[in-house]
Amino acid sequence: MNNNDKTLVKLDGLSKQYTRGKITVEVLDGLHLSVDRGDFLALMGPSGSGKSTLLNLIGGLDQPTSGSIEIAGQRVDNLSASELASWRATHIGFVFQFYNLLPVLTAHRNIELPLLLTHLSRKQRKQHVEAVLEIVGLADRAHHRPAELSGGEQQRVAIARAVVSDATLLVCDEPTGDLDRDTADEILELLGLLNRDHDKTVIMVTHDPKAAEHASHTLHLDKGTLVTGEELA
Amino acid sequence: MKYLILLWAGLARRKVRTTLTLLSVIVAFLLFGTLRSVVDAFNIGVEIAGADRLITSGKYSIIELLPISYLNRIESIEGVESITHQTWFGGTYKDPTNFFPRWPVDIDRHLTVFPELIVPPEVVQAFKRNRQAAIAGRDLAEQYGWKVGDRIPIIADIWPQARGGAWEFDLIGTFDTTLEGSPTLEFWMNYDYFDEARAFAQGLVGWFTVKVAKGTEAQDVARNIDAMFANSSNETKTSTEKQFTLSFAKQMGDIGLIMTGILAAVFFTIVLLTGNTMAQSIRERVPELAVLKTLGYTNGGVLALVIAESTLLTAVGGAIGLGLSTLLVTTMGDALASFVPGITNSVQNIALGFAVAVLLGLVVGFVPALRAMRLRIVDAMRG
Repeated sequence: MNNNDKTLVKLDGLSKQYTRGKITVEVLDGLHLSVDRGDFLALMGPSGSGKSTLLNLIGGLDQPTSGSIEIAGQRVDNLSASELASWRATHIGFVFQFYNLLPVLTAHRNIELPLLLTHLSRKQRKQHVEAVLEIVGLADRAHHRPAELSGGEQQRVAIARAVVSDATLLVCDEPTGDLDRDTADEILELLGLLNRDHDKTVIMVTHDPKAAEHASHTLHLDKGTLVTGEELA
Repeated sequence: MKYLILLWAGLARRKVRTTLTLLSVIVAFLLFGTLRSVVDAFNIGVEIAGADRLITSGKYSIIELLPISYLNRIESIEGVESITHQTWFGGTYKDPTNFFPRWPVDIDRHLTVFPELIVPPEVVQAFKRNRQAAIAGRDLAEQYGWKVGDRIPIIADIWPQARGGAWEFDLIGTFDTTLEGSPTLEFWMNYDYFDEARAFAQGLVGWFTVKVAKGTEAQDVARNIDAMFANSSNETKTSTEKQFTLSFAKQMGDIGLIMTGILAAVFFTIVLLTGNTMAQSIRERVPELAVLKTLGYTNGGVLALVIAESTLLTAVGGAIGLGLSTLLVTTMGDALASFVPGITNSVQNIALGFAVAVLLGLVVGFVPALRAMRLRIVDAMRG
C-alpha cells in the first residue's frame, strides 16, 4: 500500500459515464483527487458538473466506469454490492439535502437505524443515540417525529444518524440547500464542530459560496474535471 | 426482534390503508376458519359412520321408496347379521328453522343395527307400549328444553296423516351414544303407528340399513342384495354407510366444492388486494428504502424486510381471523348443531389457516420485495 496515513480519500483516473438510450454522457473524466484526514472539503460547481456523482462514488453508492477509489487505504471500487453495503455501514455517514428521515419513526429511532446492523445491545444502542443527540443539541427532541421538527432540527437528526456509527467520513450533498440562511449557518457550524472536535472528515457538495466558506478548502468541478482557482478566474 | 421497528415503520406509514388491508385479511381468514369447520363437520358425519354397515336404497335416487317386504328377503342373505329400515319423516317442529332428523323406527331392530345408541330397557318397553311414543336424543331434548311426558307436535310435510292435522308424539325418554363428539340430535317415533296413520305409501320405507356379519366381505353382501332385486320394479343400490351419508349431504350440492370455490374467490381477491397494497407501499417508499441501503442495509436485507412486512400483515390478520372464526364457531355451535352437528374449528384447521396466511404473505410480498432489492440507490435518490 503506497497510500500514506494522512490521506483518507484517494481517487485515481476516476471516470464515470452514463448511457441513456444511444447517448453516452461523460460525467467525470479521469479525475485525480486526494483528501486528507480531518479535511473539510467543499465541492462546488454548476449543475451537471458531476459533483453529486463524485460524492456518490466516494460514498460507495455507485461504481466508476474506470479508475480507482481508495478510502483509508482500501480499494472500494471493486467491492461487490453486499461488501459495499457493509463498508458503507462502518465507514461513511451520509447527509442529504432533504434529510431523508423515516416519517413514522421518532428522532431517536431514526438515529438508531444504522446501529441495528451492529451487534450492540439495546442498552448500548440507546447510549450511542443519546450521546449523538447531545452533540447535535437535540436531547430534548428525541421522541419527536420528523413532522414535529423544524427543517434545521430534521437535518440535525440526519447528521446524528450519519455519525452514530462513528463513521470516519461524512459525505454531505447540499446539506443546507433546503434551509434558510440562519439555520444553514447553524448546520454548517455543527458540521464544523464534528470536523474539528470529533475528527470527522467532511466532503460537502454545495452551490452556496457562503456555505463553502465554512470548509477548510474548496474545489471546483466543471464538466467532469477539477478546475483551479486561476482557471475559474 | 430489533428489526420490528422497521416493519412497524413500513406498516404504520399509511395507517388507514394498512388497517383496511388487515381487515380484509381478517375477514378472509374468518371465512376460511368458519367454512373449513363446516366442511369438517360434514366429513365428521362421514367418518363416524360404521364401516360394517351397508345401506340399501332405491337404485336411482334415495327418495325412491322400497317395499318393507324386502327386509325379510335381505335378512335371509348370507352375511347379513341384522337389518332395520329408515324413512325420512321430514315435518316441522313449531318453526322451519327447528331442524332435526326424525325417524319412524322399529326400536328392537334399530338398536341392534346401531349398538352405539344407548336406550334404557324401561324406555324401550315404554316405547313399545305407547304407539304415539317418541324418544329424543339427549342433546336434542336439552336444546328444546323437553322433558319426559311432553307432547311434541310435528307439522307434516312429506307425510300427512290420513285423518289430517299435525302429528303428536309423547316423549317417553332419551337416548345417548357411545360415540365421542357425535351429538344426539335425532327424534324417533314408532314405525307401526307412522305406517298406519300416514295418508299414503303404506308398506314402503326409505332404505334399509344392513349390519354385515363379522368376517364377511361387505362388497359381496352388497352385490348379492342388489342381484336379488335386479330387474324387479324396485331395483336397489347398496353402498357403504359412508358413501350414503356423502350422497345424502350432496343433495344440497357438493359442500366441499362450494366451500372451496368460495374460499378460492376470497383468496384470489385478497392476493390482488394485499399484493397491490404492498406494491403501492413500496413505490411510495422508494427514497426511504434507498436511505436504508445507503446506511448499509444489503439488497438481501431489504428483500427480507419487505417480505417480512407483508408476512407480518397477513400473519396477524390470519391469526385474528382464525381466532374470531373459532369464537364464532364455538358460540354459534349450538345454533348450527341442527344443520351441521359437531361443528368445531379444529387445531389442524387453525394450523392450516395460519400456514396459508404466512404463505400468502410470502407470495404477495415477493414481487414488491424483488423490486425493492433491485433498487439502485443513485436512481432512487434522484427520484
